[in-house]
Order: sequence, then C-alpha cells, then structure tokens
Amino acid sequence: MPRLEEHCWSRSCASRVESKTFSGGNWVASRAEEMMSIVTTVLSNAYGSLHSVRAAHLIRRGLVLFTVGVVLALVLNLLQLQRNVTLFPEEVMATLFSSAWWIPPCCGTAAAVVGLLYPCIDSHLGEPHKFKREWASVMRCIAVFVGINHASAKLHFANNAQLSLTLAALSLGLWWMFDRSRSGFGLGIGTAFLATVITQLLVYNGVYQYTYPDFLYVRSWLPCIFFSGGVTVGNIGRQLAM
Amino acid sequence: MTVRERLREKISAAFYRHGLLCASYPVPIILFTSASILACCYPLLRLPLPGTGPVEFTTRVRDYTVPSHEPQGDLGEQPDWYRGPPVAYIQPVLVKAAVSPWDSTLVPVDVFRSPLGRVFSLLEEIRNHVHDDGSGIRSLEALCLQVTDLLPGLRRMQRVLPEHGCLLVSPGNYWQNQRELFDSDPDLLKTVHQHEPKGLHTSATLRDLLFGVPVKHTGVSLYSRKRVVTYTITMVLGSYDARFLSSLRARLRQLHPSVNCSLREDHMVHVHFKEEIGMAELIPLVTTYIILFAYIYFSTRKIDMVKSKWGLALAAVVTVLSSLLMSVGLCTLFGLTPTLNGGEIFPYLVVVIGLENVLVLTKSVVSTPVDLEVKLRIAQGLSNESWSIMKNMATELCIILIGYFTLVPAIQEFCLFAVVGLVSDFFLQMFFFTTVLSIDIRRMELADLNRRLPAEAGMPLPKPGPLRPREAPPPPRPSPHTITLQTPAFRNLRLPKRLRVVYFLARTRLAQRFIMVGTVIWIGILAYTDPAGLRTYLAAQVSEQSPLGDGGAGGLPPHLGVAPVFPGPGGDPVGTLSVLPAPAEPTPLPENQSQGHHGAPGEGVPLVPQISWGAEDEEGWRRLSFRHWPSLFSYYNITLAKRYISILPVIPITLHLSPREAIETRHPQDTRHPPPPSLKTNDLPADLTLYKVAALGLAAGVLLVLLLFCLYRVLCSRNYGQNGVAHGRRRRGDLPCDDYGYSPPISEISPLLLCGHSMDIECLASDGMLLASCCLAGQIRVWDTQTGDCLTVIPKHGLRRSSSSGCWEQRDGWDAVGVAEPENLGGGTEPGGGVFDEGEGYPLRRRTTPRPALFENQPDLTPLIDTNFDSQPPSHLLLTPPRDGFDFGGLVEKAYLEHEPPSPGLTASYPSPLSGPPPQRRRSLGYIQPPAPQGQETPDWESAVWAMELRGNLIAAGRSNGKLELWDAVEGSLRCSNEDGVSGITALAFLNNRIVAARLDGSLDFFTVDINKPLGLLQYRGPPGRSNMPPSPCYSSEDVISCQLTRSVQCAHQKPITVLRAAAGRVVTGSQDHTVRVYRLEDSCCLFTLQGHSGGITAIYIDQTMVLASGGQDGAICLWDVLTGSRVSHVYGHRGDVTSLVCTTSCVISSGLDDLICIWDRSTGIKLYSIQQEVGCGASLGVISESLLVTGGQGCVSFWDLNFGDLLQTVYLGQSSDGQGVRQLVVLNNAAIVCDFGSELSLVYVPSVLEKLD
Repeated sequence: MPRLEEHCWSRSCASRVESKTFSGGNWVASRAEEMMSIVTTVLSNAYGSLHSVRAAHLIRRGLVLFTVGVVLALVLNLLQLQRNVTLFPEEVMATLFSSAWWIPPCCGTAAAVVGLLYPCIDSHLGEPHKFKREWASVMRCIAVFVGINHASAKLHFANNAQLSLTLAALSLGLWWMFDRSRSGFGLGIGTAFLATVITQLLVYNGVYQYTYPDFLYVRSWLPCIFFSGGVTVGNIGRQLAM
Repeated sequence: MTVRERLREKISAAFYRHGLLCASYPVPIILFTSASILACCYPLLRLPLPGTGPVEFTTRVRDYTVPSHEPQGDLGEQPDWYRGPPVAYIQPVLVKAAVSPWDSTLVPVDVFRSPLGRVFSLLEEIRNHVHDDGSGIRSLEALCLQVTDLLPGLRRMQRVLPEHGCLLVSPGNYWQNQRELFDSDPDLLKTVHQHEPKGLHTSATLRDLLFGVPVKHTGVSLYSRKRVVTYTITMVLGSYDARFLSSLRARLRQLHPSVNCSLREDHMVHVHFKEEIGMAELIPLVTTYIILFAYIYFSTRKIDMVKSKWGLALAAVVTVLSSLLMSVGLCTLFGLTPTLNGGEIFPYLVVVIGLENVLVLTKSVVSTPVDLEVKLRIAQGLSNESWSIMKNMATELCIILIGYFTLVPAIQEFCLFAVVGLVSDFFLQMFFFTTVLSIDIRRMELADLNRRLPAEAGMPLPKPGPLRPREAPPPPRPSPHTITLQTPAFRNLRLPKRLRVVYFLARTRLAQRFIMVGTVIWIGILAYTDPAGLRTYLAAQVSEQSPLGDGGAGGLPPHLGVAPVFPGPGGDPVGTLSVLPAPAEPTPLPENQSQGHHGAPGEGVPLVPQISWGAEDEEGWRRLSFRHWPSLFSYYNITLAKRYISILPVIPITLHLSPREAIETRHPQDTRHPPPPSLKTNDLPADLTLYKVAALGLAAGVLLVLLLFCLYRVLCSRNYGQNGVAHGRRRRGDLPCDDYGYSPPISEISPLLLCGHSMDIECLASDGMLLASCCLAGQIRVWDTQTGDCLTVIPKHGLRRSSSSGCWEQRDGWDAVGVAEPENLGGGTEPGGGVFDEGEGYPLRRRTTPRPALFENQPDLTPLIDTNFDSQPPSHLLLTPPRDGFDFGGLVEKAYLEHEPPSPGLTASYPSPLSGPPPQRRRSLGYIQPPAPQGQETPDWESAVWAMELRGNLIAAGRSNGKLELWDAVEGSLRCSNEDGVSGITALAFLNNRIVAARLDGSLDFFTVDINKPLGLLQYRGPPGRSNMPPSPCYSSEDVISCQLTRSVQCAHQKPITVLRAAAGRVVTGSQDHTVRVYRLEDSCCLFTLQGHSGGITAIYIDQTMVLASGGQDGAICLWDVLTGSRVSHVYGHRGDVTSLVCTTSCVISSGLDDLICIWDRSTGIKLYSIQQEVGCGASLGVISESLLVTGGQGCVSFWDLNFGDLLQTVYLGQSSDGQGVRQLVVLNNAAIVCDFGSELSLVYVPSVLEKLD
C-alpha cells in the first residue's frame, strides 16, 4: 500500500496537486479531531436550542452547506488528481479518498461558515442581496466555479503568471456575474486571504507540499480558487437563507 | 446620454418590427430557421462520432514502413492518428493443440495438460530464435518491448506477469515459465482460477491476457467437447524488423506445420485507442452534467402563463443546443478542428450561453396587455426587453473577447466556440424562439376564446385598448418579482405539476417514443463503434450454431472454410473415406469430407478432435475485450489513450499430441477427476445460449414492467381522479384544466349567495358559527355559516314602526321600484364621499370604479365629515376646516350633477336629490336627532350601525349616535343598550366579556358585560376557533345581561380612531394622529404609544402570538414587538394607503391603494414578492391556511398559493362578472369565506382546505 500511495502522489505531483508528507499527518489529524469534537459540541448545543425555528433553520442550512462543501471538495480533488492516468475501477474509491481524510470535512465546515456568514453580513449591513436571487443563477454559478477548477487542472499554460492572471480574471468575472455586492467581494477577499494564509502555515509546518510552489510555499492560483469558492458558497448560502 | 437614448429607441423600434414580422409569418420563419440550422450543422457530419471504441486501420505488411510524424500530403484514406511509430507491435502466435486420436482411456485433464505443456518448448524456441543475415544478428531480446516494472498495487499480478525484460505473455506465465512448476502442479485449473478477480470486472481478466483468446474458446476445461486447446503466445515488440519476424514465422511453421491453414498473412492492423474515460474522470463529468440539468430545470421552471410550459421549455433547450451545434459546425466549416473534449466543455458552453434571454423574452411577452393582438403583444414584449438583451449580449461578448486574449490555446478555442454560439443563439432566439412563442400565445388565446364565448355571449367584448404607437417608450417593465395579473378570463386554472407531467406523457406517448428512439440510437452506436467485436462475435455465433461438422463454412468464403484434420499417427484412415453429405456446403472441398468419422461416435471408434482454422482465427484478438490491450499496457503504466498499436498477422501453430505423450505428462492426481458425462446431443448446448439470452431478456422485461408499475403507483396515487389529491403540495388541486387534453373531474367551487339585504352591506361580523351582517339600511341579519340560512332579521318586521322618521316607509317604496336601485344608491353615495375627500385633500387617486372601503368593519370615513355640518364640539373642527359652509344639500346636488353621466339610470330611478333625504344623510339625520327617550329595551332605528361584533350569540352594535347595543343573535331581541357616550362608535372589539368601543372623538370606552345567570352555568359552544379567539361563552336567553362602562379613556388619540383590534389581552388602536396605542384589556391601561408612521393608521393586525403590524396612509408597514413596544421593522411597500394587513406565521401580506399585494418575510422584513392586481380590485384580504391567500376582486375572489405567488383559482360570485368589488372579506373557521357582494353576501366554501385542517 505505501507503494501505491507513493505512486499516487508522484502522479499527482505531475498534476500540480498538493501532496502531503506523513510526518505531520498525525498532528493535523489530532488537531482536526479536536476541532471536530468542538464542532459536535457546538452542534449538540445548537440542537438543544431547537425549540426556536430559527435555530433549526440555521442548522439545516449549515448541514446543506456542509454537504455541498464536502461534495465539491471530493469532486474537485478528483479533478485535480486525474490526469492522463488510466484508472482501474477497483481503485476509484481509493483515488477518491486518496487525499487526507480530514480535507473534505474541513472544506465542508469552511463552506458552512462562509455560507452562513454571507447572509448574516448582508442583514447586518442592511443591504439585502437582491441581484439575481434565484436557483437557476446559483446553479450557473456553481457550474462556472467547477469550470474554473477544471481549467486550472486541465489546461496547459505557458507559465504560472499567465495561469494566475487568467484565473484571477475568471474569478472576478464570476463575482461580477453572480454577486456584484461589496460585502460579497470583501468576504471573498477575506476568505481567500485567510485560506491562503492557513495553507501557507500548513505547508510551512510540513503537513502539505506543493509540487511547484511559486508563491511562497503554495501555488499562486490558490487565492483565486478560494475567492471564487467563497463567492459561490456565499451565493448558495444566500439563496438558502431566503 | 442622448446617444444612448437614441440608440435605445432605435433598438426598441427594430425589435418591435422584428416581433411583428415573426408573429405574422410563423411557419416560413420556422422553416427558414430549421433550414439554416441544418445547413450550419452539415459540416458536423465530417466529425467522428464520439465514442470510446478503438478505431482500426489496415495496411499491407509487404511494404510497411513506420509512418512519419509529419502529415504527408495526400495519403487517401489514411486516418490522422496514423502518424509516428506505434506504441508497440503485437505479434500473436496462435497455438491450437489437441490430443489425437482421443482415447477412451484418457482422463479429462489430458485434454489440456499436455497441450499446455508444450507452451514451454515453444517459448524456448521463440526466445532462442536468432536471425542472422549479413547485417547482423537479431534476437527477440533486441526487438521486444522492454518493460521495467509492474504498476504497484497489483500484487496479484506480480508473480504472473513479467516484471522485467521482454513483454512476452503466454499461459506459461502462470507457472513462471518453468516446466518443472507446471509438471508439479497438481491442479492446473485451480492455478488458473485463483488469479481471477472476484465479482464483476470490466477490464480484461488475467486469464484473457495470458491465454490471448476468450475464456470459452480456450478449451481449458474438464468438460470441453471439442478437446482442442487454443492459446496465444503474445509477443510485444518495440520495433519492427520484417526479416526477423519472417524468419521466426518460417521457423515455427517448419517445426509445427499447420498444413491446411490458409490464413491471410499480408495485412497488419493498426488499432487506435481513444481517450479512456475512467470512473475517476467520470465523476466530475457527471457532476457538471448534474449541475447543468439542475440549471436547466430551475430555469425552465420559471416559464409561466403560457399555453404549454413543456413546449416552450423544450423550445428553449432546443434553441441552446442547436446554437451550440451551429457554433461547432460553423467553426468546422471555416477550418477549425475542435481539439477539446466535446463532452467536457459542453456543460460550460451551455452555462455561458444560458437560457436567461429566452426566459426574459417569455416573461416580457406574457406580461403585455392581453387584450392586444398577438402580433402586437410579441412586438411589444420584444421591444420592452430589447435594451437589456442587447446590453447583456454585449457584456458577454466583451467578457469572452477578454478571454480570447489570454492566449491560452484551449481558452481561445473555448471562447471562439462561445462567441459563435452566442451569436447563433441570439439568431435562434430572435427567429426560432420568438416564433414558437407567438404560436404558443396564439394557441392560448384561441383556447381562452373558446372557453369564454358561451359565458360572454351577451356581453360586449372588452374594448381593445388603443394600440400603442411604436415610438412610444415601452411601459415600465415590472420588477422581476412582480407577477402581472391578466384579466380574469385569462387566469388559467392549474393542475398539480405531477399530474400535468403524467397527462402530457400519456397524451403524447412520449415515453414509448423515447425508448424506441433510444434503442435505435443505441444499437446504431453499438454497430458503429463495435467495441466488443460484435460483428465477429455474431459471426462466431453463427458458425457455432451451424452443425458441428460444417464449422462455419456456411457463412464464410470457401477458401477460409474449415480445414480438415489429418488424423495423427494411428488415426483411423477410414474416416477419410466415409463421406457425409453436407447440405450446407456451397463448394464441397475434398478436405471437408474427411469429417465423416463424426457420424459414428458411439461405436467405440476413437474420436479425432478437429483443429480447424477459420476466419475468426485470423484476427483472433478481435474476440477479446476492447480493453484488452489498454489494460495489458496499463499494468506497466503505459497508456494507449490517443495512441495506437499495430497488430501483426498471426502465426498459426498446430500441435498434435499422441495419447501416449498425454499419459506421460500426467500428474498423479489428474486421474481423480471423473470422466465427463456423455453428451446427449451436440446441438443443444450451442442453442442454449440463445435460450439463456431469451430467458434473461424476458426476465428483464418483466422486471421493467414491474418497475414501471411501481413508478406509476408512486407517481399517481390511486385516487387522483377524486376530489382532493391524497398528498402532494398542491392539495387543492381539483381544478379544471383543459390545457392538456384531459380534464379531471371538476369540483367547481360555487359560491352560495345570501340574499336578503336591500342595500349595500356595511358591516360583517362572525364568530365562526354565526354570521351577522348589517346593511346601509340598518338592518342586521344573522346567518348560519354552515347552511347559509338566514336565522334572524333585526329589526323584525313586526318591530317596524311607522312613528320613526319615515325612512322605513320610504325604503319600502324603493324596494318596489326595482332591483337596480340599491346599486345606484350605493353608487350615488360614493361620489359624494369622493367629493368630500377631495375637499379635504386626501392623498388619493381618482378611480372610475367605486372606491373600496378602507376598513373592514366600519364604514368609510365619510361620516367623519358629516359631523362638520352639525354643531359639534370644537375638536371635530380640526378634522376639516369648514370650507364651503354648511350648504349640505347644495353640495350633494352638485355631486349628483357631477356624477350624472357615469350613472345614467340615476335620475330616472331616483326621485330627486331634494325630494327626500339622500341615503347617507340618514346617518346624519340619526346623528342630529337626540337620542329618543326610550326605555333600555327599545332599539333605535334612526342612527346607522357603524360597527358590529359578534361573540357567542351576542351581537354588539355600535351606532352613529354613540349607542352601544347588545342583541341576541338567535332571538333577535335587544338585550341591553348603553348610551354613556354621545360620539359615534367607529370601531368595536368584543373579547371575552369585554367590549371596547372607539369613538369618533378619539376616546376609547371599555365596557364589561355582566351576565347574571339564573342557571349559573356558562356553556361553551363549539370548538375553539382557529382564529385563536378564546371560546365564546354562550348566553342563554334567560340571562340578564347588563353592559357597564368600566373605564373611558377620554383622549386616547388626538384624532378619530380609525382602527381597533384586540387579541391576546391587548387592545390596539390606530388613529389619524399617526400613532398606535396598545392597551391592556383587563385594566384598560395604556402600555405603549407607538410612533413611527408618518400618516394616519389605516390597518392593524394583531394575533394571539403578540405580533403587531400596522400600516398607514404613508404606505409604510411597521412590525412591532408588543411585549417591549419596540419597532421590529419598518418598510415602505405601497404608493398610497395600506388598506389591509394580514400575517401568517412566516409572512406579512399587505394590500394597498396601488392595487398591489405585497408579501413580506415576517422575520426579516424583506419583500418576497408582490402581486399586481387589476385596477380597482378590492383591497380585502384573507388567509385561509398557511399557504392559501384569498383576495377580493371585481365580482370575484381569487385564491393564491402564498408560497409561490401562483394564482390557484378565481371564483366568480355572480353572473355579471364586473360590478361591485368585494370590499369586505371574512374568513370563517370552517374554511369558508364570506364576502360582501353589493347587497348580497357570498359564502364560498373551500372544501379541500377543510380536509387539510382536520
């Protein structure tokens, strides 16, 4: 099995995918476990206050967003992993879960947080988001987001700057097409910044490794992906909150 | 800016003209569009169909050279992938071995043990073969494809497949190519089987790989009938050397001659493999497609108000798809060959192009006035949206052009496709979709006309509105959430979606057609790509099913026919002599007749297994899975995707082994196997496959039928034909519908008319069981809400006294004049009010229709003004400055003269404005008259009833002279009356045993009803109401009821109290002085004064959950927290007064003078959507259940689905559809609504909602 793992990672190196080393894995796993336990206590507390409809609604939204985040993480990870590799049916599941197990839950949690934050900020700022509030637009947004990921995984670019610039333009286009709100932009930037910093820290601590880092320790297109992901999840969250 | 405006105008005009054109000539335009689509798609025929099956190309072996990388000029049919060297050359060596003659002493294992054993010597031979010509020595080691390492994780393959050196695959690999291991293996079959994967597998199995022929053809089995073992030694060569191969071929032939083999050896086949789509790639692909379908679903769901939703949705999808096809076709036409994976980028293209424009067009067209001609509607709809469409398109084109400058080839190609797709999509929208839309709308109008004609035969058709001049700016587009309502006749009744789908499917037999088309396409694709070698498989099947001896000669060319077998040493020479006539033999070859020994198998004559070489052996690899080669190479991490391999002509080897040799190679344990059971017939097993297939097919069919049946049961509940679908979201879905050619049983909601009042209904009150109504004439009637019977009339006819002011006699006279009079009178009163309103400077819009009442339970505020003409307390003068003096009669006369033209029948039927007091003056008359010095039990008929409440069986009536009366609803007797106040009671609230009366002078009186029960018991009647009222006590007629003023708040408000509501122990008053006050009911203590409106309060809602909403003349709606007195939210929703407010648990519904009904989210205060009603529609609202809203309209009430804002049904109250509007609407407990309809009451039951409540 270690050989298979190594092989997977060596292959994924070719496709610019974050690969991990095993040394920091345990530490992060324990951390993630702690976090998950905190999350579960929070959830149980929240369940305790189920008597109010609002809390139930919030939890339902959070669960939906979590699921969306997990599914997107799995699918996009797969999109990054597979590249010119013929896979055997037996190994599909292994590939699907080949990255660290804690990545999808983390992505799900992040999606839930961001998706709940967007409508919350909207209501606090007192400017309800009214631009294209319908499910069709949300679906379009998700499709464009997956497309951006697809492009980042599959297209051959001349150099990294070109790739990053293209992705940045695409992300901005996504925001302009589906959001157009100041709060959405700000929160997207914040999400991208935070997530990039976290990734930098993780990589710095040796949990991860990027194959060809060109932006300190990570890839330079990562903030763009995070930004568009934040906008997409926020879009879903707002639609759910309606 | 002016340029922009001009551009906008021009675009609008162009679209208008285009819309006219499209709607005028629909058929030619559709034909033209289809022709252009086909023309643009024509170049697509040159593109290969997408499929993953391998493609073949055959060249001759003789003058084969490795193709160069550069495409050469003209190579005829050479495919474009045939460039550069192949990944590998495959040299199969096909071995057929048999023990002959078959001896009865042999055991079944002998069938394959010794033939398989020969593989080691053959391998030795091949490995050691050296070709030496002048140029040098070549061996297999130098030529073969060197492999280094197996893919990790293939542990089960590790010991079997070669891990280094030459890739040479044969059955010998099972035993590591060592003869000793083979000889010492007690159970060969077990060794072979233990490497097989468990369960289902899609890629080639190890057994296929090593044997090189499909499992069933190997003959390695204990029950083999033919006793011929077939296997392949596969050499994979890295480079091609013709001389070495030919020498090897010659050598092997020399060693093992296959005498009769006439296989063709002059062709090599190049097989090109497409990119494999593995499961891992499939998952993201499937995800994108799921998202795409969700997008299409959510988009097309918004198409509404058209004749056929499905048709339009289909047209929208067709528009997008064919624009994509056109885009690809055009790009191909101009020389660009698509290199992107079409399946992958397709969803993104669809998403980029989008369905938005189509939906916007539809919405815009259906929201144009329906009384216009279809042409004009289309044209107007188009021109309304022209600017936004053009703007959107320009934006998208800009974005895509920016993408084009990224200089990434893939993105550039994508953008090119998207640009062409966008343009062709625009073209199709303009020509194809617009035309389809026009056809659809015309069909809808025709259907509506058919439906309407009988009902409206006697009525003048609605006058078509003046055609809008083309240059006129288009009317303001409704905001995205506004649902524009059509005139009543065009409101389509709707079925539940689920049923509509089923009807649609049933009507068009769509499912069958889809399945048929799908099957045909599938078979076509199968035949086209032929992934599994279907043709050869079929040929093999045919040859197998023919009699054994024929060996497929029937279907095959004679020279490829069955080669006979020469018996080995010691064979039976007789066999060659006996001739069996072969009927199917087209050319009886002498060799073929040698199979005559077959005729006597059971007579102890030793069997000679036949080794035959047929056409299927020539390219035996075809019978393998098409994933055979990719999976073999993938074990060594070599991908064949988008590359090709060359398969060299097979080298046939025939081995005949003597029984002695077979016995010698036996393993001691081999004899334990029992001999195979004697075979009954030869033909049966061959046919068995057919039976198997038939049985499987039958089973699958039965399963499918069962599945469909289950689906049907799930989709259609058994009783969908009856009233009230058992489950589902739209429960009140028993609506007639003829849109889909099927009309389910109609349960028309028919209103029950309660006639009896002679004049317009003024007040309505109900406690669920009883309904009390009071008309302008002062008559109170009590009705049973269940049956609609009139229980009591107050005053009774016997009570009528001629000594009163004479109104009654006069009224009787009016009654005799005609039926139409009360209407005219009603019409007469309204303009008078209008005049006063104008005089006072009310912010109001002029209407041609009668102005709806502002408040539910009380008259118009016109009586307020009447007070000016009396000598009243000075506080009243604040209301209206005395302007025109007190010439009341003159004013009224003027009003009547002014309004004579709109009501022509007035002067004829009405005696004269001066001859008698006009009807509304009766109020003032009653007001002027001092309260008659009558006993407590004598009612007063002169003053009008301004407010009325009903609890238990007590009616509380507040009169204009300040009198509060309590009537027994059943007996019609006056129980008590209170005359403490003199100012008119404008509103009443009756809660528990307290009555709150709001007076015209702004004071608020709290009364307590004391019941002295002789029996000492309060009976409770009926279940508690749904309106959260506490159960009303029932007062029996023996009780002595007294009504005492407990507290009077003199200056509750500075101005007249306009609205009074009580619930949950609170009394809330709203006044003209812009404030709302909250009182506690028990001690009449003022808790809060809520300020926040900038106009008089016109509507208040409070319910048991302490939610307070108020609406004012400023169009604002405030939500308050009654516990703290804080304002929760404050929104502006209406231009003009808020006329009515209702809350459900999740939303607030308001209606205003601007004919808009707005639905707000209760917690956030965000407007969910609004419904634009027709002009002059009543402002009355009612909520029947959480999701069912009822509104009053012009002679009708409409039911709405609150969740979606859909119109569910419109119920017409009377025969004449236009006429009075519904001004008051009361929702009763038993899911009925009562509304006033002129001088009649209308009781409408909503039966299916009743079901839901239970």
